[in-house]
Amino acid sequence: MLRYILKRLAIMLVTLWIIITLTFILMVSVPGSPFNSESSSNEIVQANLNKHYNLDQPKYIQYLEYIKSIATFDFGPSISKPHQSVNDLLGRGFPISFELGIISIAVAVLSGIILGIIAALRHNGIIDYLAMGLAVLGISIPNFILATLLIQQLAVNWEIFPVATWSSPAHMVLPVFALATGPMAIIARLTRSTMLEVLTQDYIKMARAKGLSPWKIIIKHALRNALMPVITIMGTLVAGVLTGSFVIEKIFAIPGMGKYFVESINHRDYPVIMGTTVFYSVFLIVMLFLVDIAYGILDPRIKFHKKGGD
Amino acid sequence: MLEVQDLHVTFTTYGGTVKAVRGVDLYVNEGETLAIVGESGCGKSVTSNAIMRLIPSPPGKITRGMIRFKGEDLVSLSEKAMRNIRGVDISMIFQDPMTALNPTLTIGTQLMEGLYEHQKVTGQEAKRRALEMMDLVGIPNPEERLKQYPHQFSGGMRQRIVIAIALICEPELLIADEPTTALDVTIQAQILELFEKIQKQTGVSIILITHDLGVVAKIADRIAVMYAGKIVEVGTKREIFYQPEHPYTKGLLRSVPRLDLKGGKLAAIEGTPPDLFSPPEGCPFAARCAYAMEVCTHVHPVKTSLSPSHQVDCWLQDERAKKLLATSSPK
Repeated sequence: MLRYILKRLAIMLVTLWIIITLTFILMVSVPGSPFNSESSSNEIVQANLNKHYNLDQPKYIQYLEYIKSIATFDFGPSISKPHQSVNDLLGRGFPISFELGIISIAVAVLSGIILGIIAALRHNGIIDYLAMGLAVLGISIPNFILATLLIQQLAVNWEIFPVATWSSPAHMVLPVFALATGPMAIIARLTRSTMLEVLTQDYIKMARAKGLSPWKIIIKHALRNALMPVITIMGTLVAGVLTGSFVIEKIFAIPGMGKYFVESINHRDYPVIMGTTVFYSVFLIVMLFLVDIAYGILDPRIKFHKKGGD
Repeated sequence: MLEVQDLHVTFTTYGGTVKAVRGVDLYVNEGETLAIVGESGCGKSVTSNAIMRLIPSPPGKITRGMIRFKGEDLVSLSEKAMRNIRGVDISMIFQDPMTALNPTLTIGTQLMEGLYEHQKVTGQEAKRRALEMMDLVGIPNPEERLKQYPHQFSGGMRQRIVIAIALICEPELLIADEPTTALDVTIQAQILELFEKIQKQTGVSIILITHDLGVVAKIADRIAVMYAGKIVEVGTKREIFYQPEHPYTKGLLRSVPRLDLKGGKLAAIEGTPPDLFSPPEGCPFAARCAYAMEVCTHVHPVKTSLSPSHQVDCWLQDERAKKLLATSSPK
């Protein structure tokens, strides 16, 4: 187990390095510079600014500088927001983004699994059709459409929830709903189909033959096996929620990392682009790692290391 | 102890209604082994599942009949009352030990959960019983094995565990649905010996579902031969093997491969069983029977008792048929 974790950590570092390098190449190959839009600045000012931010150096030196700053966890100052460091921005944005992401994932997983189980147990019944119809809607409506519809109906027309920003639980309802619906629908459909398959297995019949109560059979015998595929797609879903949160944060004016991320690209704010990319990448890589570990805990047949036969 | 009367089970499908079991009568005495034999699809498994009330419903349904167990009719019991019989009074062993155990739970958990469900036992007591059962079914290092998962066991070992799970609440009746079919021959013999040993030690009655007459010859006391959802002949092992009367039973016995007959093909019963969507009016075997008479295709034969333990459903046993055969030579 320990060897597996160490190996995974090494692979994670390599992955991160590849992401950093690719981001850097993309960043410098996109035309424009942080100072292009500043109409007031003349050529001398621009040259001075470039010098100040090391942008006059050859690309490989810039690249090494970036690697160095990442290794020391100091991403330097933001270019478009001169009095703030990238670390400040991340420190301020991350807790909010994290809150939004975690709540959305929790909502998606819990409601998705419950919906899936109910649909499977009422297989081909009205509840099943209703739940699956809802799931199809959830999958097919993009979150930015859903978000605007929610704002229009629930916030503007009916005034039940606040329109935007992030300050109280009531503010969280709409963005979380918009962000969680897609993943929830995917989880619900997957849980339903694997649950239906698991329920026909011999070991379920065996559990019934033991005289166990239906709930014990579902929770203890069926659900655990049915959740394997759900765990498998959790990594992808987390990535989806992450990228979804850029858009949702923008729509609901939530001051999270996503907002800085999108802004930084528009402003060619290189340190912020690098900082947010690295941060998101680390987060996603760690989540994928946790998913793999969870997989091994749920299914005893998965071994993290080779150690003789059985 | 167990008495099944006129049991009918049907399955509703898109193609129509399958009459899988069409009036089965059988009984099991205390401490005996009743073997139900027949080819695939004749309704043996459905009968055993019906006794446990484990027919998936829908589409399956017990439409008629009675299953009397210790004075109670299981057909009319509520699902909740039935749960207190399953695993406690009647247990079941499944065909494929590779799929009958939950891959994500330890053997110990699966072994003891029946105990926890039905008896008020402490953890220590449950573990003691589990170790006892592991010992009974012949699993070495039981203490260590309890903590392992199904994938760490071989097929034969898994079947022993399935048997241990079935026996842990000390049931009075054990239904074994083709318990050796998925195992290789040497393991089959070991498992059959285990059944004999268990019966001797615990006095449990066994219903053994199989299509393997070798298995039957080894451990059955009585044999019921099933065909197209009905029991066509029932008798003691001696009666069925030495004085079979139903042409189907005779055909089955003839089709067993023999070492002492050299060359030639295996003897088979020509034709296929009838379609149970619309079973024939008369004897279901008539279409494949070499001795079929006019009456066989129209009227279902009545049960004839040849001895207190030996009954057969065949028109050839009718006095009139015997007279006919005596006066005229068969065609």
